[in-house]
Amino acid sequence: MTLDASYLRYPKRRAGYDHDLYPWSALRERKPITWPQGKRVAVWICVSLEWFPILPTDTPFRAPGHMATPYPDYRHYTARDYGTRIGFYRLLDAFAKAGVTVSVATNSAIAERYPQVIADIMAAGHEIIAHSTDMNGTIATGLPIDDERALIAASLDTLERESGTRPTGWLSIARSQSWNTPDLLREAGVRYCCDWVNDELPWRFNNGLINLPLNHELSDRQIIATHQQSAESFAEQMIDAFDWLSAEARTLGGRMLPIHVTPYILGLPYRIDAFERLLANLVGREEAWFAPGETIIDAWSAQQ
Amino acid sequence: MDEGAADPDLYDFSAYRDRPKIVWPDGKTVAVWVAPNLEYYEIDPPANPQRNSWARPHPDVVGYSHRDHANRVSHWRMADVMSRHGFPGSVSLSVALCQHHPDVVDDAAERGWEFFSHGIYNTRYSYGMDEVQERAMIEDSIATVLAATGQRIRGWLAPALTHTARTLDLIADYGLDYTCDLYHDDQVQAVKVKTGQLASIPYSLEVNDHYGFFIYNMSPRAYADALIRQFDRLANEGATSGTVMCIPLHAYLIGQPHRIGAFERALEHIAADGRAWIARAGDIVDAWRAQQ
Repeated sequence: MTLDASYLRYPKRRAGYDHDLYPWSALRERKPITWPQGKRVAVWICVSLEWFPILPTDTPFRAPGHMATPYPDYRHYTARDYGTRIGFYRLLDAFAKAGVTVSVATNSAIAERYPQVIADIMAAGHEIIAHSTDMNGTIATGLPIDDERALIAASLDTLERESGTRPTGWLSIARSQSWNTPDLLREAGVRYCCDWVNDELPWRFNNGLINLPLNHELSDRQIIATHQQSAESFAEQMIDAFDWLSAEARTLGGRMLPIHVTPYILGLPYRIDAFERLLANLVGREEAWFAPGETIIDAWSAQQ
Repeated sequence: MDEGAADPDLYDFSAYRDRPKIVWPDGKTVAVWVAPNLEYYEIDPPANPQRNSWARPHPDVVGYSHRDHANRVSHWRMADVMSRHGFPGSVSLSVALCQHHPDVVDDAAERGWEFFSHGIYNTRYSYGMDEVQERAMIEDSIATVLAATGQRIRGWLAPALTHTARTLDLIADYGLDYTCDLYHDDQVQAVKVKTGQLASIPYSLEVNDHYGFFIYNMSPRAYADALIRQFDRLANEGATSGTVMCIPLHAYLIGQPHRIGAFERALEHIAADGRAWIARAGDIVDAWRAQQ
């Protein structure tokens, strides 16, 4: 079997990327960023707050953490609910104790079902980032464009109605987008998305949308759930990352440490202490600036 | 290779015991080389009948943008750490990177790194290529790297580790000196080819950062400890055998902020030990060849 001749043709082999979504830019060559009060490292904590229907639809794909057994999967349905009822409140208390504000990437189903949770987020001064509708609201190429447009609108409209504020940020489930997503987000008035993990500072798509990179490697899902490491190791890795970025920022300009956490992973009794110690450690660094996503975007935009 | 045979007849059997000792320059016991993979993965590659590229419908945002991190952020972070401790790179290069992001290739060239081919893209696989097509890929690699860096490539690591039964013969036919695709030894070994001569240089899957982090699920510090143990053992044994240690890297993995510090401590350990001949792949193959 011989490959078709087209397999050795490379029509997008050219300077820059093989797509027109955003331009190439080396972080090293950009004008250095400074954060408010001369802080060197922006620490952006983002919590994913999710509701998993017990009936997964798999259109276009099943979200990570979704139901795993034949119906009815009490095990995963309730373990995810544990995150919202218990784990998330442990996280809220930890943030309050540390005195930090964060982003909460929230399924709009959480707002519809549990308005108290939304009120508690808003009362603490945290930011809500739109995180689709519920954990069946996945996006990938193949999802009809009208369905994707409607899903984005439903998420934003519901979160605005329940929280009183229209989210300006968007996080897709599993960071999965279709070819249409950047334009649909822009069309819906979204200012920034968090899906592309190619950088360590914000950057702009050609259509004007901003990407605030939420590094999936620096998440409890990746380190604890996927790589099966402990919460103590997770905390150590975040501190190692902070130390490196802090040193780098001395000569290369402001850096950002995103920390992506999940209530049903880090919010467990045997893990939360390690996370609280991590927060206490980082809050004690004079060079750390804790800020929600939109505040970081504001600081960055003002310097472009 | 002997296509279709149960034993592909790539090389002769040779037990580790009782081999002639390989001597590295200045009496060093282990030749250490670092192999950064400088890659380009296409966002929307054509399908190969025998292997899918991305696990998800295109664009696979995390898959693509994770690798893009190398060419925007982490290449320089990784390269600075290597340069700081005196480690040149021997680059496994998706040669189309010369067109897409020449700044990355130029940075590596300016640091005195060696380049070998890792195919055109890491999303174009050799499976199913006929000889004409495979020769075209090799000739493209030679010409592209020569034009971009002035170097004539001496080695090959198959794109995404995809081979045909004729790859080793073809790269030897074009005068390449080494393959990184065979994992049967801790020393340089001769490979059987139809024309010319070819050596296999120990690359490594086992201490490749991708294996460390994504197959063995090591924490950054555990991976650095594995590199140190790998080095210490090979340096000890090398006193009687002359060993090779390769550290294959991907900037988008090792250059992440939570990993690079631990990795730097491993390089510090190796550089400070005194038994390492820190070299490029071609130099190691030449030193071995001179002793055959």
